[in-house]
Amino acid sequence: MVNQGRYNRNLNTISHEEQAILVHSHVAVIGLGGLGGGVCEMLARTGVGTLTLVDGDVFDTTNLNRQLLSREENIGTPKAQEAKERVFAVNSTIQVTAIQAYADETTLYGMIQGVDLVVDCLDTIDTRFLLQEMAQKADLPLVSGAIAGVCGQVTVIFPGDLGYELIYGKRREAQSLGIETLTGNISYCALFIASLQASECIKVLLNRGESLRNKLLIADLWNNSFEVMELI
Amino acid sequence: MIQIDLKLFVTLAKYLPVGSQAHEIKEGTCVNDLIRDLGIPHDIVKLIFINGKKQDGNYCIQHKDRVGMFPPVGGG
Repeated sequence: MVNQGRYNRNLNTISHEEQAILVHSHVAVIGLGGLGGGVCEMLARTGVGTLTLVDGDVFDTTNLNRQLLSREENIGTPKAQEAKERVFAVNSTIQVTAIQAYADETTLYGMIQGVDLVVDCLDTIDTRFLLQEMAQKADLPLVSGAIAGVCGQVTVIFPGDLGYELIYGKRREAQSLGIETLTGNISYCALFIASLQASECIKVLLNRGESLRNKLLIADLWNNSFEVMELI
Repeated sequence: MIQIDLKLFVTLAKYLPVGSQAHEIKEGTCVNDLIRDLGIPHDIVKLIFINGKKQDGNYCIQHKDRVGMFPPVGGG
């Protein structure tokens, strides 16, 4: 039974039946930095009933400029633990599993097996390819966001799609890090792209609206440029 | 000469010429030629979009095309 008071303001954008679908959905958020912190906050408030939150890192002072979950008081604390506590503080009806581990070849498949949807909030391109491989192996859709400075991109990858190969080129030739090593990342862009990821998650879970499958939304906040490009 | 609407994103923006919304190039110019003429290191252009659709560097640019280039973005 969906808690009507908690989700009252979701109505009628989200119907009772759709809210029930979300409450019974399970999403894995991989990476809990600038993107992941925003994504898990919005999925929790929207009412996704079960979240698996994964990050092996701890907060440091360089995270404070943009990462929603970081505070001066929690420097040195595991991001996964903070994310779980934040979700519980916002919505105690949600089942949360926090995994303090880095996503790698040996761990990733087990982390995402059995969920309904995976969200890529990682910060290296080679790990993104690995996550796509594992999501496709587990027959799961993947919602991806990436940022550099005040620019960002969002796409949705289903099993069988070329996905990241269309964006970064062949996996073996792709570089590990993108241009964000030169630009840094700005808070409002991180949360803007996280919002678009959360929106794509809800659309995929509800099979509603127009998804960014085989498309790439590119945003440039310096120039207020928002374009959806066709990848195939 | 033909005119194109040129957009260069993130770190490529510094290569954007003045008047990029009506940038003039020679007829028959392909995207790889344009990248070279603008002085952009070729390996930092990861995505090329023409009129909102992904293309490769061999695409022959047409009059009034909207040309967008994007470097690899992977931050989270």
